[in-house]
Order: sequence, then structure tokens, then C-alpha cells
Amino acid sequence: MRYNERELLSLARQPAEKAAEIRMSVPKKGSVLKKRLVKLVVNFLFYFRTDEAEPIGALLLEHCKITKEEENVFSISFIEEPERKYCFECATEEQCQEWVEALRRASYEFLRRSLIFYRNEIQKMTGKDPLEQYGISEEARFQLGAQGQ
Amino acid sequence: MKLNERSVAHYATCDSPADHTGFLRKRVERHHHHGTSYQRRWFVLKGNLLFYFEERESREPVGLVVLEGCTVELCEAAEEFAFAIRFDDAGARAYVLVADGQAAMEAWVKALSRASFDYMRLVVRELEKQLEEACKSLAACRKSPRRSSSSGRKRHLSNPALQPLQEKPTTLENGYSTWSSGGCIAGGATCPDHDEGQTKPPPLPPRRRSAASSATGSPAPGLSPAMLESPVPPETICFSKLHNWYGQEIAVLRREWQERQKRGHP
Repeated sequence: MRYNERELLSLARQPAEKAAEIRMSVPKKGSVLKKRLVKLVVNFLFYFRTDEAEPIGALLLEHCKITKEEENVFSISFIEEPERKYCFECATEEQCQEWVEALRRASYEFLRRSLIFYRNEIQKMTGKDPLEQYGISEEARFQLGAQGQ
Repeated sequence: MKLNERSVAHYATCDSPADHTGFLRKRVERHHHHGTSYQRRWFVLKGNLLFYFEERESREPVGLVVLEGCTVELCEAAEEFAFAIRFDDAGARAYVLVADGQAAMEAWVKALSRASFDYMRLVVRELEKQLEEACKSLAACRKSPRRSSSSGRKRHLSNPALQPLQEKPTTLENGYSTWSSGGCIAGGATCPDHDEGQTKPPPLPPRRRSAASSATGSPAPGLSPAMLESPVPPETICFSKLHNWYGQEIAVLRREWQERQKRGHP
């Protein structure tokens, strides 16, 4: 599948929502934990060798499951391949919890659900549709029914 | 750079709702190629990702355009109904796409220009703020006026220093007039509650809970931290948070009511 790698690399250089050096392993046989710079930008998680400017890889964070594993450790796996886990060992349990929270909220799908939720609540409370001012109230993706997974 | 392509492709084809789909002709970019040609592809927009497939029924996308840091504009190609996705990075190639007609083109341009994660996030933050403000107004108007001799307490947008009211409440410290016939100051919503004197059972909590204010002194630092926590969007862990949060308030209310009952109601 072709993709605009150049733009993705550019995205990796943008200010991150969250970034830290975390030990990480990929779901490959014999893979060990290695220290990486892990950077969350929009719904992508980039990971770099700590001394390099260009990421080794990127994970699109849609339809993924963030699991708190043992102490200081969390993993990311994807819906269609739940056994293949990217593991992250944080320095502290607190850091681990912060990342779990942040990653669970990192998907576009999550944002969409939030928007639908807030819109609905505001409509219930005020009787007005807050999206009208943006001219997007009719868009299918913001309708209450459009919350598929 | 590696990408979790299998998962990305799966996301493209799974049944999560697409934001926009349709056939478009995509200009083929070739070096040293004379003349331009276009390929008809089936396009699927999901969030900030634009996938394209060879056929509508294809099981895997042939390509993906990540839509961050780009603008979408009508373009002066030789083709009618053409538009382009251009990236801020000047050296990057643009994607020139051609729609079937005016309406289709406009729909695509509209959908694509609002597709970025940043845009979505902006809108969500704005709505979050609006909901906060709506709750403020609503809570300020929800009075629980009590004219009994023991502490009638008004529950509204909290001032942590607020003490249970004594005999004759007039204006509360934080400036919200409560018991006067003037109704509430804040918000502008109407305040229908005017309790004329009987002791009443505790009021139902407002539908949308703002910060808790309670005589027991549970922390109620105004809206911000609590409100940012909740309302929380639907998500498993947060639902239980939300549930607990509502539950706490009910527990407090119940306790207060029971104390008031004990304190000297006949």
C-alpha cells in the first residue's frame, strides 16, 4: 500500500502531544526491549532511535487496544491481530498510567465519539445544535447514529 | 520508515463508518511523462486518512493519503471539477483529483478540508467549553430553596466557602441571588423553582452535574478540573468514572437530607 511517507515524516517532526524515552519491543520473534524515543502526534505513535531524527516506525492508533500489563508496562495491539503486541516499559507506574490514558484518547474515532457526545449533551441542555455555527451539522459522521466501531 | 500497514489496511476496509466515499479520477504523477493521465479509483475517507482502492470491491487499498498539514483547493487543471490536496511542505507533490460533477467536487472539498485531526480536536474542545458553560448556567439556576428553620442550603455552582444558609438567606457570597423573587442572575435561563416554605425532600440532582458543593466540604474548586474530567465521552473506563461521580453526589445529598431530618424536623 502506497502512502505519503514524506508527509508522515513531516508529521513526526511536529510538536508532540506526548513524548518520552521508553523501552519498547515490537511483536517479532526474539524481539527485546530497546530504548526508544516515543512520540504521540495526532493519531500516530512514532518511535525513534534516541539519537536519530527520523523515526524507525509509526503506528496508526485506530482500532487498537491499549492494555495495562504488569507494573510499569503497557502494550498496544490491533483489533485484527490481538496477539501481536507492541510492549512499552515505562520508568514509573505513573508514567505508564499517563501513557495508557493518553493513548486511549488518541484515536480519531475517540474524538468523533466525544464530539457526538458533547453535541448531544449540549443539545439536550440548551435545545440548540452547537455544530450549526460551523456549518457541519448535517455531516453524516457527526450524527448520533454514526458511532460504529 | 515502517508503518503498521496491515492494521492500517484493515482499518480502511472494516465496517467502521466512512466519512465520505466515491469515485474520483486521480492524476498519475510520472516523471518524464508527457501529457497527464488519470486513473479512476474508489476513494474512502475515514477521519484524517484518505484511502483509495482500485475497485470499489477491492479488499485492500492501493494507497493512502494522510491528511495532516494540507490544504484542499480547487485547481486550474485542464479538467473540469478538479481539486488538489497540497501539503505545506513545498517540495511535496500535490494530489490532483477529479470529481464526476460540481456537487461531488464540492462535497469532497468540504469533507477533505475538515478531515484533519487538528480540526476535529478544535471542534471538540470548543464543544467541551460550551457544555461547561451550559452546565454553569443550568446549575446556577437550580435552586433548592428551603425555608425551614434549619439549614436550607442552596445547591448551585459551587463556591467552596459556601456554608449552609441560616435563617434568612439573602444574597450568597458569590453573588448569586437565590431566594429573592428576582430569580437567578447567571446564565439567563429561567429559574422556575420557588419553594414557598414547606420542607421538601431533597431535589433531584441536575441532569448534568457540575462541581459538587456540599456542606461536608468535599472539594469543589469551581468548574475546571472536575468539569474537564467529566462529562467524559463514552468509553468503558470513563463510564464507571461518570457513574461514580454521580453516585458520590447522591450519597452526599442523601446524607445531608438525613442529617436535616434528624436535626429537628417534627
